[in-house]
Amino acid sequence: MERWLRGWQPFALLLAALVVAPFLVYPVFLMKALCFALFACAFNLLLGQVGLLSFGHAMFFGVAAYAAADLAKEWGLGTLPSVLLATLLSAVLGLVVGAIAIRRQGIYFAMITLGLAQMAYFLCLRAEPLTGGENGVQAVPRGTLFFGQVDLNGNLAMYFFVLAVFLAGFGVIARATHSPFGAVLRAIREHEPRATSLGYEVNRFKLVAFVLSAALTGLAGATKAFVFQLASLTDAHWQTSGEVVLMTLLGGMGRTYGPIFGAFLIIALESYLADFGGWVTVLRGVIFVVCVLAFRQGIAGTAVAWLRSKSLER
Amino acid sequence: MQALFSQLLVGLINGSFYALLSLGLAIIFGLLNVINFAHGALYTCGAFAAWLLLEYAGVGYWPALVLAPLLVGLLGVAIERTMLRRLYRVDPLYGLLLTFGVALILQGAFSLRFGSSGQPYQIPAALQGSVDLGFMVLPYYRAWVVVCSVAVCAAVWWQIERTRLGALLRAATENPTLVRAFGVNVPRMITLTYGLGVGLAALAGVLAAPIYSVRPLMGADQIIVVFAVVVIGGMGSIFGSIVSGFALGLVEGMTRVVYPEGSDTVVFVLMALVLIFKPAGLFGKAA
Repeated sequence: MERWLRGWQPFALLLAALVVAPFLVYPVFLMKALCFALFACAFNLLLGQVGLLSFGHAMFFGVAAYAAADLAKEWGLGTLPSVLLATLLSAVLGLVVGAIAIRRQGIYFAMITLGLAQMAYFLCLRAEPLTGGENGVQAVPRGTLFFGQVDLNGNLAMYFFVLAVFLAGFGVIARATHSPFGAVLRAIREHEPRATSLGYEVNRFKLVAFVLSAALTGLAGATKAFVFQLASLTDAHWQTSGEVVLMTLLGGMGRTYGPIFGAFLIIALESYLADFGGWVTVLRGVIFVVCVLAFRQGIAGTAVAWLRSKSLER
Repeated sequence: MQALFSQLLVGLINGSFYALLSLGLAIIFGLLNVINFAHGALYTCGAFAAWLLLEYAGVGYWPALVLAPLLVGLLGVAIERTMLRRLYRVDPLYGLLLTFGVALILQGAFSLRFGSSGQPYQIPAALQGSVDLGFMVLPYYRAWVVVCSVAVCAAVWWQIERTRLGALLRAATENPTLVRAFGVNVPRMITLTYGLGVGLAALAGVLAAPIYSVRPLMGADQIIVVFAVVVIGGMGSIFGSIVSGFALGLVEGMTRVVYPEGSDTVVFVLMALVLIFKPAGLFGKAA
């Protein structure tokens, strides 16, 4: 069982489900869930591997969404170049924010990232020529792929583009996690002074992980801007940061597939309860409290523990 | 000149709230090692408690100034007893996540009941009107807020730094096990400390109710600035949290005169600068 979980089979199952899904479920819902799943996986790279809780990841999501929207709409760039440039910009922003934030650890790190994200939020609000202020950037053209061969205005075509982006991002995260680099990150999480004494430049590793996480979060945000043809302040708001923390917590921190479950569940919950407004906030809070008090391993962690106990019985 | 002084007054008012809130955060953090994310929501609770007391029980401002912090403090005690207590043995990040969840529940509940628009709360009769100081017009209520906040902060500081109870509290912060061995009921002390910190937030909420209207989201944005204030001041010292609260309020007011566009970001810019040049914070001990 253990070996099965670490092998290619779970990934094949996931892939099969995601390829079949748009023929059964409303594609726009799936695209939103996939964007947030990538966002949560990128966030989880930082929290699950390095143990750094960023409470400001929405800034990368939001800024990249604005950048991609502007590049495509105002500068007339193609969809793919816009997404890639926005990802690059997000990485640069991650370098600046990360260099400041990794100077403190633990709870301070969370507060600092939250503060810097709030600053980015206000800057977005003020930079009206670029962000449209309260209105956001609307009517972003979805564009085409492969020199006009594929029209992304069709939801199915767009879905498979989003799926490809997700798989690319997920691949990078999985590769980084299961590499010597990932092992060093976990060593830092478990015992930072020991990692330092072994000769690793702890801060450099943290910074690289932060930039990687920021870049992939940006990738998710830029893609989201094309799905909804909209980049808005909501993307950069602290509630979005909180939401992605919740997805990761619910799905299972530090688990490769956990955040994906979390993202799909939370997005599904929100779209079913969209008519109830304030109840969504209350429910999010309740899930937070329940997860922290009684369900700290999350869905994936609990499932793995259950499978493990099963295979021990045999 | 008029504009400068009135903006400085606004800054001082904001600083009064920052100081009360960051003081509460610092006390809670000292003993519980938890960053109370629900602090902003509990500040909102204080304001709503005052409003509800007036609306449904006819209790005026002055009794509410005592009653609301007590009631919200009791809510805090309940939160600590039923939930936070279970998390002292795990990573402190879980405390942050739990209180964030509590904040969402409170904030969502208020939004459900009252919508997002504000409820007005009258300035008490004794403090209506204002005095012309020549260089600026000083509304009595605003002067009261500053005086009250300074007095409460000073009293709490004195209590913690200069009395036996405070000495026990500081000892428990350093080494809870040892203090327990001396026969002090540390778990009860922790509960009451959380209640006190939360009560301070609620007091700030009652003070704020007549100035800002009573809104479900009034604490949510405030608390992020207060977090930045805490990072700038450093968590180590009670005194530091009070001083940096007032100082940053003033800096914010000053920025509103010199460069209005920067007024809502200046605290965060300062936070980044402090982190670059003195990562432990202005009053903090090196981590």
